[in-house]
Amino acid sequence: MKVGTRRLLFIPAALGLGALLLWGVAGLRGFGHYDGAYGLLLNHTAVAERHATNVVMAVTFDYRGFDTLGEEFMLFAAIFGVALLLREERTEIEQTPDDELPGRAVSHTSDAIRAVGVMFVGITALFGMYLTIHGHLTPGGGFQGGVVVASALLLIYLASDYKSFRRIVSKTWIQPLEAIGMAGFVMVGLLGPLQDAAFLENVLPLGRSGNLFSAGIIPLANIAVGMAVTFGLVLLVNDFMEQTLLIRAPRQLGHR
Amino acid sequence: MTTLHFMILMLVAIGGTGVVLTRNPATQAIVASLYGLLLAILFVALQAPDVALSALVVSVIVMPLLTLLALAKVRDYQLEQRSQKQ
Repeated sequence: MKVGTRRLLFIPAALGLGALLLWGVAGLRGFGHYDGAYGLLLNHTAVAERHATNVVMAVTFDYRGFDTLGEEFMLFAAIFGVALLLREERTEIEQTPDDELPGRAVSHTSDAIRAVGVMFVGITALFGMYLTIHGHLTPGGGFQGGVVVASALLLIYLASDYKSFRRIVSKTWIQPLEAIGMAGFVMVGLLGPLQDAAFLENVLPLGRSGNLFSAGIIPLANIAVGMAVTFGLVLLVNDFMEQTLLIRAPRQLGHR
Repeated sequence: MTTLHFMILMLVAIGGTGVVLTRNPATQAIVASLYGLLLAILFVALQAPDVALSALVVSVIVMPLLTLLALAKVRDYQLEQRSQKQ
């Protein structure tokens, strides 16, 4: 089919889709006039049952904790797939780029960027950890805090050069920590069967709602998910950076 | 729908159109990063702060970074292919 014919066919199709979309949006309730059943039920019962003031956290880590487990393994599969695709193959060897050979000065990052980076790395990491630990009290949680700490680690790359980033964020300590985070969530879930309850059931003491140590397993699950997300994301970006910034030259015959 | 919601939705619509109309991939990554910031503001206005926090970091920082790294790798590969042919 030619491009002109396709464009002509697009117009009635777009008009039909637009009419359906407008009819659907016009039938929605106004913002703030929620008429479902579960939202109102959760508002009445979740804080009293789980002592967590962030009801979204109570749903994702307690009522629907199993779905979050599936999501964590989806993230793990994505990171694993990228690491597999971007691995160093047998026909390639890794070389440092030409401007980092010994005896040649590395190009200097500007001092303003370095100063701002140094100021913000600590603050961003602390803020990410605050979001993770206080997930059951205020908006935030494991995933949100985890990505903020990951961006703090990536800020190290922005504030300095690739060599120092590689030295600080090396795979020897990032990979085990990510595995500990992923496995930690399953371990937290296994606390249930140890006490004759269901998997991922909230079996730790619930405490008083509003305290930091409350809501049972939710803070522990948040910390595990935060660790997994942080180091997983840093591994992902590190794979891309290795592929781009380290030259992979084809291995010559008779060379190593 | 209040005036604030209307204004932010208009900004999101203009931002989305801007992302589509930017043809150069490297520039489009930066414009998509700005669009992610507008989306995060929209989510906060619609009272969904958890979504806004995740959308902020993932769409403003990680997505453009991965896109730009992939583009740099493709450009280096093309340059290498061209120099090998000569």
